[in-house]
Amino acid sequence: MQDVTKHGWDAGQAALPAWSLPKDAVDRIALPHDWPERVTRDWALGGSTGAGVSVCILDSGVDATHPLVGELASAVVISIGEGDEIVAEEDGEGDVSGHGTACAGIVRRLAPECSISSVRVLGSSFTGSGTVLLGGLRYAIEQPFASVLHELADTAYFKRTVLVASAHNMPVESYPWRFSSVISVGSHEEPDPLDFFYNPSPPVEFFGRGVNIQVPWSGGRTLTVSGNSFATPHISSICALVLSKHPELTPFQLKSVLYLTATNVGGGNDR
Amino acid sequence: MTAEPDLRAAVAAGVVGSEESFRSLLSAIVEVARSIFGAKASSILLLDPETEELVFEAVVGEGEDTLLGTRFPAGTGIAGWVLATRTPLVIEDVHNDPRWSRDVAEGTGYVPRGLMAAPLLHEEGALGVLSVLDRPEQSLFTLQEMELLGLFANQAAIAVDLLLKARAAERLLAGDGELGVVARLAGAVDALEDERREAGLRLLRDLADTFGTGA
Repeated sequence: MQDVTKHGWDAGQAALPAWSLPKDAVDRIALPHDWPERVTRDWALGGSTGAGVSVCILDSGVDATHPLVGELASAVVISIGEGDEIVAEEDGEGDVSGHGTACAGIVRRLAPECSISSVRVLGSSFTGSGTVLLGGLRYAIEQPFASVLHELADTAYFKRTVLVASAHNMPVESYPWRFSSVISVGSHEEPDPLDFFYNPSPPVEFFGRGVNIQVPWSGGRTLTVSGNSFATPHISSICALVLSKHPELTPFQLKSVLYLTATNVGGGNDR
Repeated sequence: MTAEPDLRAAVAAGVVGSEESFRSLLSAIVEVARSIFGAKASSILLLDPETEELVFEAVVGEGEDTLLGTRFPAGTGIAGWVLATRTPLVIEDVHNDPRWSRDVAEGTGYVPRGLMAAPLLHEEGALGVLSVLDRPEQSLFTLQEMELLGLFANQAAIAVDLLLKARAAERLLAGDGELGVVARLAGAVDALEDERREAGLRLLRDLADTFGTGA
């Protein structure tokens, strides 16, 4: 799962009415940027490098020594302390499976100038992995006290932190991808990494490239991989590209842009 | 585990079959999986929650003579990732990945080039991992194969659940655990003949009524 964070235009600073909109305040919520008559993929992310956007990878860790990954902004490992508290320590181990490195490689390739950090939520202990994931999300979203995953996902959404999560393609109840405040991702088989599709039959909202992808792996390797979990960093990268170019977008607006520029909506026409 | 599911498991296992039958079912599943995908090997790994290790429970093809019963830590490696995230994964050209080698290839002399792995999910739990090793090299992976792998994994998960219930029942019937006395009692009454058996069953019924189970 990735957490694409960008604090650009801050609604709080505009001194807006929080819960209602008085008549004389209408002018004050004018959007700071004009939207084009037709939102194209080129408008959304053309020329973007991901600069200024932070992508946080909650996974098995990231091997920063791999040349296809490069420098990390930070790397921590999450564990549960003796008093059940969440502990975040600097992660010296790198990647315990290779998967996080693969995701970081995909993000680095598509959004080369974004900043990447790793929050390792796997490998410290097998049992309690759900609690560790919750702890990792709390850490990434900077909400140390949220205790419920759903609440945390909503908090992220309102704080302009975009959660992108891999959807399950197996019959199991799993979270957080099913939450509507999260961008959930399944796989398509097309070869273009910037191709993505809107799914008109939720709960999976978007399909990203997820089959036969060359990725860096721990130990300096390059492998070919498939799975929804590799489609997720593709959509995360696309989010990073859009947010880099349009930092004012809220998660709601970002989802709207993704919808309008999806290959099966309007994005397939302007390339 | 509550008493009732334990007893139910004991009864179900007695009716349906033994551990050996379920193991045969697991073997059949990996055999079919290997054959359908045209792969060199296939295996089922079960999680041992006490030691947090993955154990080879069924293996067909390369490694079948040596891997059965082999264990490795569940927290790391590719199978560990699949188990922890409950997400299927396909990886090719993995022969150079040192972690992969440590997981499976160590001591077997068999170093696979590719791996498809799916979690065995039952109710809320992940019981283990189904792996298919070395698909034909010339074919590109497709999402249809991923779906097929998931179907096999679901079937395997049901078989694994039955196997685990059979093992729990076996422990119960062997007299371990607090319900051992019930199993011993049932066994003793079952061994009686004619009138003594009738009397024994009547006594059990009265006991059940006394405890308010209505049985």
